[in-house]
Amino acid sequence: MAAETALTRTPPVQAGEAGAGGRVRRTGPLTPYLFLLPYFVVFATFVLVPAVYGLWISLHDWDYLLPGKPFVGLDNYQALFDSSSAVYSFFWESMSATGIFTLLSVPLLLVVPLLLALLLNRSFKGRTIFRAIYFAPYVLGVAVIGVLWRFLLDPNLGVVNAILGAIGLPGDTPWTTALPWAWVTLVGVTVWWTLGFNAVIYLAGLQDIPRELYEAARIDGGGKWAEFRHVTLPGLRPVLLFVTVNTILVSANMFGQSYLITQGAPGTETRTAIMYIAQVGLSDYKMGSAAAMSYLLTACLLLISLVVFRLFREKDS
Amino acid sequence: MRRVRPVAWYTVLIGLSLIFIAPLVWMLLTTFKSPGEATRVPPTVFPEEPTTGAFDTLLGNDQTPVLRWFLNSVLAATGQAVLVLAIASMAAYALARLEFKGKRLIFGMIIATLFIPSFVLIIPNFLIVDRFGMLDTLWALVIPGAAGAFGVFFLRQFFLSLPRELEEAAVLEGANSWQIFTRVVLPLSKPALATLAVISFLTNWNDFIWPIYVLFSPESFTLPPGLAILQGAYTINYPVIMAGALVASIPVLLLFVVAQRYVIEGVSRSGLKG
Repeated sequence: MAAETALTRTPPVQAGEAGAGGRVRRTGPLTPYLFLLPYFVVFATFVLVPAVYGLWISLHDWDYLLPGKPFVGLDNYQALFDSSSAVYSFFWESMSATGIFTLLSVPLLLVVPLLLALLLNRSFKGRTIFRAIYFAPYVLGVAVIGVLWRFLLDPNLGVVNAILGAIGLPGDTPWTTALPWAWVTLVGVTVWWTLGFNAVIYLAGLQDIPRELYEAARIDGGGKWAEFRHVTLPGLRPVLLFVTVNTILVSANMFGQSYLITQGAPGTETRTAIMYIAQVGLSDYKMGSAAAMSYLLTACLLLISLVVFRLFREKDS
Repeated sequence: MRRVRPVAWYTVLIGLSLIFIAPLVWMLLTTFKSPGEATRVPPTVFPEEPTTGAFDTLLGNDQTPVLRWFLNSVLAATGQAVLVLAIASMAAYALARLEFKGKRLIFGMIIATLFIPSFVLIIPNFLIVDRFGMLDTLWALVIPGAAGAFGVFFLRQFFLSLPRELEEAAVLEGANSWQIFTRVVLPLSKPALATLAVISFLTNWNDFIWPIYVLFSPESFTLPPGLAILQGAYTINYPVIMAGALVASIPVLLLFVVAQRYVIEGVSRSGLKG
């Protein structure tokens, strides 16, 4: 019921309309293709072709700067699992950095925005303004939030440590240069930055839950918690599924925050997978190896997404 | 509606607001401080001797042509928004309103690519862009990004919701598909088109990883890679870096204030696409 409202919001596809006999034929046979053509050319060139081309690259020793690009089969993939290869330890360190970041940030980005959305879901004056304020940082790009927080969290000169010191807390926390603080920083900044995005999606979902369900729950005498568990959460399920999968994917794509705030510090511990892939492929120009890494990461993400879909489906029955 | 105690309620909301706004205000205040004052411990909140020195430094350095970056950002983001509107609306119209062979296949293919993580495309797209001679030019920022599936998907949903009767009336008057598209469908879709335009503009304006790798020379940079350069060039001269960040923030914050409805609409739609 309520769970489906978000999904069925789109109008039904005009079924059976082709069969409405005697209809005026208003398009030439080529017309639809002409409408599609401009987009399709761009789409094929920059999405379809590269998706396949990348696989092809990953099967070669593809050094951008050298003329020969010999076919090496699965060697690039094997190297990622061979502990004696040059890329093995860096690659898995970067994968675990991405993993740590994702594990720490996803729960926060699922729960905190939900609380915020519940707060904003009541009717009160100025609701739109508060929603806009909480969303505002998201409008700024990662480059702006990166250099901004690099400044605010500067261990010696930053205002965050100055404030903490002034109120009697330790004022010399190495936010950007040592573990575990670098993780606290990267996760904290990301939550601050993207919280509003998930909150807005939750809010739209909450508004799709029919009021009557809450009234029914109240008549049944359930408390607020029971109401949340039996009405709100089930009503949000499709939205929760989207937010969960999307947040995992976005977290696994983390790049700019590490690049600008910690620069991988203290050593290379906070260098994420995307950062390492970009470095191998686009700075060192070892594109075959980098492409293989990107497909392996994609495979991991697909697997995780499938697991999440499964979990949500099981709760369904 | 349940009653809330207004004072406690607004205290919480305003307290939370500070967390989101204070860092941005700090950025603004810092741009008017001297480098020494910006890093003084304990810090001053308001600039003691307000100065525009940071902007002078920023604008006076040929190595960091901020105005050029700004112009490039405007061109790339506007160019992409226009391109996306043009090609996505046409494709979406065909997919929503016309019948043709292979429609399901093509739509399925477009939707499927929503699940390809963008980083997989970066390396092959770098080579493709290189082959077209677009490396280190704004074309690299305008065209590949327009291939995304979101615009087509979003507009198709909207077009499906338009009443058929209007189109049928136009058909009776002898209009062809192109006339229906440009004179009936597009004018009725202004809110959806505005949403897509704003979302495309913001996304392109803020893009970071792609421009830092496909642009090489400072003159061709947009603001995000420019900020990375500033951070490297001025290390602890924070007023200059914050001035750069401010220049990159103001247009999108203004756009957000003006077009808030469209931004939030676009975001919540993207979450409910189902």
